[in-house]
Amino acid sequence: MASEGGKTSSEYITHHLQNLQVCPTDNGWVWNDCTGNFLGINVDSIFFAVFLGIGLSWLFYRVAKNATVKNPSKTQAVVELLVDFVDTSVRETFHGENKLIAPLAITLLCWVFLMNLMDLVPVDWLPSLAHAGGIEYLKVVPTTDPNITFGMSISVFILIIYYSIKIKGVGGFFVGELMMNPLNPKDLGVPKIFWPFVMAFNFILESVALLAKPLSLSLRLFGNLYAGELMFILIALLGLWQLPLHFGWAVFHILIITLQAYIFMILTIVYLSQAHEHH
Amino acid sequence: MDINLTLIGQTIAMIVFVWFCMKFVWPPIVGIIEERQTQIADGLAAAEKGTRALDDARGKVDEMVGDARTQARQIIDQANQRANAIVEEARNDANQERARILASAQSEVEQEVHRARDELRGQVATVAIAGAEKILAREIDANAHRELLDQLAREI
Repeated sequence: MASEGGKTSSEYITHHLQNLQVCPTDNGWVWNDCTGNFLGINVDSIFFAVFLGIGLSWLFYRVAKNATVKNPSKTQAVVELLVDFVDTSVRETFHGENKLIAPLAITLLCWVFLMNLMDLVPVDWLPSLAHAGGIEYLKVVPTTDPNITFGMSISVFILIIYYSIKIKGVGGFFVGELMMNPLNPKDLGVPKIFWPFVMAFNFILESVALLAKPLSLSLRLFGNLYAGELMFILIALLGLWQLPLHFGWAVFHILIITLQAYIFMILTIVYLSQAHEHH
Repeated sequence: MDINLTLIGQTIAMIVFVWFCMKFVWPPIVGIIEERQTQIADGLAAAEKGTRALDDARGKVDEMVGDARTQARQIIDQANQRANAIVEEARNDANQERARILASAQSEVEQEVHRARDELRGQVATVAIAGAEKILAREIDANAHRELLDQLAREI
């Protein structure tokens, strides 16, 4: 594969890691020349993410619509197993009443899993197909695009802020949670004059901790999948040796795919349940 | 690898999918699961109730069988007693009958003996008279000598 289209190894790798982009410029909409343009869109990432999301939603909707109590189909049994699993995970971690968290968790779990699963499609199949169809670049795994992972983790972050303020109030969140922890000036017996310094110190610490949540959430997923994808690309360069290595890495990657989807879901639940808790 | 509008697009997509799941997927499936759980729990409770009812019925049956057995024993006892009584009665009747028949037979025999004896006596008297006639060779008036003849017959 290394010699496909007369490319060198490094060209092959860069080619595979390049998103199919479109962006508006002074000369109208331009394909694939969008570096640094914030208005650009990674068409392939969005396409596969939405495509998989629609497929997932369609499957779930069909199961939900045809679900029966007495005579569940096999698909229904599998979906129920998933729902029950997510429901148990949510109940174990989150003790409040919230109609959003469980559906959010199952959507994230299955959607992220499916997006990760695109990694197991041999690296050259879809790009070659697209190339034959006149599309130059195609990156098939949406979760190897930081836009996608950050898009999800920032949504979760907004929910964290929203529920924190909703449950604890603006003062309870900004002052009580971000400024009175971890060093509580009241407990430490600090004179009132020095409270602002302690609170500012706390605020810096806590803000970093808070911002680390969405950052770690998205970077963990992105990093794992990007590295996995890169491994597949590198293995694809090895000629005949790639066959056993591909198989081995794919088997190992199944674990990573599932685990990362699970971690993303569980951490979302944990962060949101923390947002609901009073200190 | 730049951050661009894709991020916003993905956020919107995620909101839509999560909303869809929250609205159309999660509630019916959880509802179905919970309904099934209730049904299973109800079924198990009913089964337990049935088992308990069966135990109760079994106890009742045992009781009834015991009662029936006691009654049967009583009836058999009564029947035995009655049979014994009947046999006893029959035996008594038979004994009485035997005694009666025996008595009547005895009296008949006695009567027969008497009659035979009387007849014999009469015949003896006749013989005696005939003998006496022969001996005396003269007519003896049987009527005139009846008393004498009767006495003679009695002495035989």
